[in-house]
Amino acid sequence: MGKMTGAQAILESLKLEGVETIFGLPGGVLLPLYDAIYESDIRHILVRHEQAAAHAADGYARATGRVGVCLATSGPGATNLVTGIATAYMDSVPMVAMTGQVPTSLIGKDAFQEADITGITIPVTKHSYLVKDAKDIPRIFREAFYIARTGRPGPVLIDLPRDVTVDELEFDYPEIHLPGYNPNLKVHSLQIKRAAAALMEAERPVIYVGGGVKYSDGHRELLQLAERIKAPVTTTLMGIGCFPEDHPLSLGMLGMHGTKYANYAIQEADLILAVGARFDDRVTGKVASFAPQAKIIHVDVDPAEIGKNVRVDIPVVGDAKSALAELAKAVGEKPWGTWYEKVAGWKGNYPLCYSTEGETIKPQCVLETICRLCPDAVIVTEVGQNQMWAAQFFTHKDPRHFISSGGLGTMGYGFPAAIGAKLGCPEKEVFDIAGDGSFQMNIQELATAVVNDVAVKVIILNNGVLGMVRQWQDLFYEKRFSNTTLYRVPDFVKVAEAYGALGLRATKPSELEGVLLEAIESEVMTVVDVVISPDEKVSPMVPAGASLSEILELESADPAAQTPRSYAGPSASEILELEG
Amino acid sequence: MHTIALIVENRPGVLVRIAGLFSRRGFNIDSLTVGSTDNPDYARMTITVDGDEVVLEQVTKQLNKLVNVIRVSELLSSESVERELAIIKVAARKEDRSEIMQIVSVFRAKIIDVSPRSLIVEVTGSDDKVEAMVRLLRQFGIKEMARTGKVSMVRGTKAMVP
Repeated sequence: MGKMTGAQAILESLKLEGVETIFGLPGGVLLPLYDAIYESDIRHILVRHEQAAAHAADGYARATGRVGVCLATSGPGATNLVTGIATAYMDSVPMVAMTGQVPTSLIGKDAFQEADITGITIPVTKHSYLVKDAKDIPRIFREAFYIARTGRPGPVLIDLPRDVTVDELEFDYPEIHLPGYNPNLKVHSLQIKRAAAALMEAERPVIYVGGGVKYSDGHRELLQLAERIKAPVTTTLMGIGCFPEDHPLSLGMLGMHGTKYANYAIQEADLILAVGARFDDRVTGKVASFAPQAKIIHVDVDPAEIGKNVRVDIPVVGDAKSALAELAKAVGEKPWGTWYEKVAGWKGNYPLCYSTEGETIKPQCVLETICRLCPDAVIVTEVGQNQMWAAQFFTHKDPRHFISSGGLGTMGYGFPAAIGAKLGCPEKEVFDIAGDGSFQMNIQELATAVVNDVAVKVIILNNGVLGMVRQWQDLFYEKRFSNTTLYRVPDFVKVAEAYGALGLRATKPSELEGVLLEAIESEVMTVVDVVISPDEKVSPMVPAGASLSEILELESADPAAQTPRSYAGPSASEILELEG
Repeated sequence: MHTIALIVENRPGVLVRIAGLFSRRGFNIDSLTVGSTDNPDYARMTITVDGDEVVLEQVTKQLNKLVNVIRVSELLSSESVERELAIIKVAARKEDRSEIMQIVSVFRAKIIDVSPRSLIVEVTGSDDKVEAMVRLLRQFGIKEMARTGKVSMVRGTKAMVP
């Protein structure tokens, strides 16, 4: 391929990896690389804050299944990526993060804009590289992309000292030789046999599905298996969309804000088949009393997840899709039985619900309306109440159509991730379900969206408070609302307009559908400010540390909480008067 | 206490990744030794870890996930030879010298430095032996001590190589 500079070799490597879009923001040490980008075919999306570059790459990866790529300069640019890298790490998202670094001769000298980013990110990357020699660039890029997307996916960081991007090298894309990295994909047939036998024997099986099924593209095999043995299926937040929620065997989400019937089913089950899920504390509640009667089969591509949080009876290490396919082949057809009837009974008796009284728009109704108007939309969320309502009240049917920061719970994730998702899937309608708190954490990306014609629809469920924390203060801290009131500032319609986006607002239930339709029909970046009550709660709820059986139905609006002493901001009715 | 042997890539930053993994996941390292192997591209580490079987399983699995870690193996003391080396500077008054030298000879240790008021003793053996030696020398006054931590290898022809 001949001689080229390090910067050219980086772009050549990206091309060979099939990268079309990267998200980044330049800086001093990246000048040679950005100079090469100037004449390259790669689409570079200039963000307004590096954190958004990482989240956008993450959203792009989750929506498309490809490796997301972001780029930031040395020092503060690199450290600004860290939250985004950690978010991707916790949710196993394939990502390659490139950072500029001071020249190799200055490393360790506390040079201008120097930060030890490989050191800083060790705990939140699957692997990382500091390139010391330009000739290593092709090998390192090939390895980085391979590591990021195989096995349990995750972020890989490549730190690029300035001189390495300038030095010349002979470009050769070598074969991968990684003796210490052997992702274990092939499932063990004996374990499959044991698991299949247990599934056939079980009287009350539940399939508990996490993000691993989504990443391995195993939703069809899951459906096949569940239908053969008539096992109800519950998903984690990360697994949402892997099983159609309108299916009679669907239990929706389990855990802290899961459905009552999913949690009851887990607690009554005599067998749990966990696939690509990791028994997170938000899922299990009190671990000692999780699924007390159940044998546990755990399928995971990462052997370290098996036995980490709960005892496992039948471990199956391997790729979720192949494990599900093998299991579906190995089991026989089972009839619909009493277990299904029991579960269906719970579904009928304890549906997700909310009070429709009062003059305010109900956030749950916002999600149901979006679902009715635009059932195939990609739903990206921020973190907090908005995220839980989006998980609960939109009927999710397709994998890669629900994108949310689960493990790290990163407020500010949703909007840049939605930009990434929309760029990855331009033909799809992409919503960011936001809260007014989360949206303000990366609100500057309105500029990125407007400039690049990215028509994301941000739906702000604006309650003027940090709603999830406030909900906990309400329930567990005697309504002492310490520092959770934001006073519905700023005016999001004006902010949207200032950035050149379309701003819309709905304050009364009667306005909701019309405004949402306008947003859906809009072909530009659109922000919808939906005014909701600060007292609306996410329900049901398993209190932290309690067992899943102790799931509570919460009152949706408590008038006592609206006295001026306990809530410093204007009440919902006052806001309606002010704004309506 | 469990002993784990690792073959790792001999590259900068590998030790940090391994040590960081232990602190991050709340595993307790009792001792850690690193040295080269016959192949300069790889280093060998011996780590002794405090914890039950569940902890050991997690440690092993998490170490295996590190890209720079080539092999991880638990070494059972019943099936392997273990050695540790310690050098101990012990206070040695005239009247104590002969007793110290007797202890040294019983332990098949060596005196590697002599000065008017102290001796440096070199002892090699299992950590129990080193521990016993240290206990006996304590009565004379240990001024300084340096221990290598344990190295370990499975008996017989089976070899742990990259």
